[in-house]
Amino acid sequence: MPDITLDHISKTYNKNTLLALDDISFEVNKGELFGLIGPDGAGKTSLFRILTTLLLPDKGFATVNGFDVVKNYKSIRGIIGYMPGKFSLYQDLTVEENLKFFATVFKTTVEKNYDLIRDIYLQIEPFKKRRAGQLSGGMKQKLALCCALIHKPEVLFLDEPTTGVDAVSRREFWEMLKSLQKENITILVSTAYMDEATLCDRIGLIQSGKMLSVDTPENVLKAYPENLFAIKSKNVHKLLTDLRNFENTLQCYASGEYLHLSFKTENGNSQNEVVVFLKEKGHDEIEMKMCKPSIEDCFIRLLAS
Amino acid sequence: MFRDRKTLLLLFGMPIVQILLFGFALTNEIKNSKIVIADFAKDIASQEIIGKIEASKNFNIEKSILSSQEIEAAFKKGEIKIAIVFPNNFNYDLRHSNKAQIQVIADASDPNTATTLTNYITSIVNDYQQDIWKTSKVPYRIMPELRMLYNPDLKGAPNFVPGVMAMVLLLVCVMMTSISIVREKELGTMEVLLVSPFKPFLVIVSKMIPYLFISLLNLVIILVLSVFLLEMPIRGSLILLVAESTLFIITALSLGLFISTVTDTQQAAMSISMLGMMLPTILLGGYMFPIENMPIALQVVSNIVPAKWFYIIVKAIMLKGLGFSYIWKETLVLAGMAMLFLLISLRNFKIRLA
Repeated sequence: MPDITLDHISKTYNKNTLLALDDISFEVNKGELFGLIGPDGAGKTSLFRILTTLLLPDKGFATVNGFDVVKNYKSIRGIIGYMPGKFSLYQDLTVEENLKFFATVFKTTVEKNYDLIRDIYLQIEPFKKRRAGQLSGGMKQKLALCCALIHKPEVLFLDEPTTGVDAVSRREFWEMLKSLQKENITILVSTAYMDEATLCDRIGLIQSGKMLSVDTPENVLKAYPENLFAIKSKNVHKLLTDLRNFENTLQCYASGEYLHLSFKTENGNSQNEVVVFLKEKGHDEIEMKMCKPSIEDCFIRLLAS
Repeated sequence: MFRDRKTLLLLFGMPIVQILLFGFALTNEIKNSKIVIADFAKDIASQEIIGKIEASKNFNIEKSILSSQEIEAAFKKGEIKIAIVFPNNFNYDLRHSNKAQIQVIADASDPNTATTLTNYITSIVNDYQQDIWKTSKVPYRIMPELRMLYNPDLKGAPNFVPGVMAMVLLLVCVMMTSISIVREKELGTMEVLLVSPFKPFLVIVSKMIPYLFISLLNLVIILVLSVFLLEMPIRGSLILLVAESTLFIITALSLGLFISTVTDTQQAAMSISMLGMMLPTILLGGYMFPIENMPIALQVVSNIVPAKWFYIIVKAIMLKGLGFSYIWKETLVLAGMAMLFLLISLRNFKIRLA
């Protein structure tokens, strides 16, 4: 049963001049960990704000836990947990006070739902007397997550929870989400980090307000249509410009120390042709191998089509 | 600079507004002050002096009340600032004993106005003396006997303490609350708060209550300082004074909340509550420049300045020792303002982000 549904949602800003969301439809199932993947400005936050009843869509229809986001906004506000992209707790209240405050706002107590947040809270408990404004980035995120969970929400909305958080804390954060899933909480999380996509049950790739693809990460990867090659030489910068001028190049872009390359039409000889072409251009130490596409490659491929 | 319209408006608007305000509206010169004349003499001398007063543009003869009780009542209501009493046999005394007395009673709760007005009267009387000296050789003398009501020593404190009370309470309350809601918008806490089952009414009330207590503490400090240090009297009921101040504080807090709901940044809220409140409160509050001397338009505008009403109330209670029956109208105005601002704030409170 879908827990979140979006039906042709569109949203514009600045008196219809800036299109933020363009005809978005997808569903998130109960207990699913759904990742909304896209770069900055793709429309992730707008989508979150519509689902958390903070913004009204221009067109379309959306429900959360069966409630309409426009008409039944009051019902939704009691059963969801929301963690905005910007740290939004009271900076001059201590960790403990923040938690207590949000528990009171949601007409519950910290003790009542302590089980749900215990694993996360234990990590920040040593700092419970510290003011929220003085916590480190990772700690802030953990506290914000605790506050969003304090009323045992049915659906959890996390808008870029790992942005600006170090790699270790990011991994910890995702582990927490995985364990929360066991409590049958539906989680919608957005991120600009493509490597986090594989940690989700399903992902939606979003760019410029348009949904490019909604599927499991495995299926998204499988759907990559061409063979992908990693290539490098001594002068990577020149390699990129040369490869982009190569007539059979479909896409070529930097990815780590290699360039990723795909061909328009591929036959057994394509690899040799490109090596010959590059040698003519004077490249040394050419190294070329086939590679598995990542979510990022899929994203870039989808942008081109 | 020319693209920043607000700064431009401020740069050119400020001098224009100030020149006009101080040039025309806000003068210490007193015109058309209402005066009550109790003419017990009704003889030629009193009539001539009254004629001179009537001719002067400084005074408007309001009515000629005869009993001293009625004069007192007019002062209490704040309808008049000055009264003149001509005793029986004024002309007779003047002609036969060469000297006569008139009584000049002024409302000295504003000592500047009282002094100016009594000076005007004294010079009119002197003028009349000169006139009779021309026709007769006898040096007749009219001696005005001055009575400064409420503040016989013409101290400054009785005037400025109510004024400062009005200003401090208003500015502090408005400033504190005006940033309260807008700060949550700016810091993002409003975003989380909105996605919760709270009620807008509760948010507004819970923003007010702590500031109400802080302001009451402020009130106590002001009162203690002015009574023990400045020797201000509290002639009326202290309970009434505190109750009225509480009402004024609530009005100011509601005004602050109203500002908070219509602005988007703390900076805007601060400048509105500082500039937008301070100037009208000082200029139109009534304690720096008497309102009755202003052009009609400004007198009308002054009615929306909450401090004006509170100033009248505080003066009535502290200096004149009056009870609630004399200030119920002003109380009603303040209560009405508080209700209005609260209702608008509640209506303006956005349940969504945009």
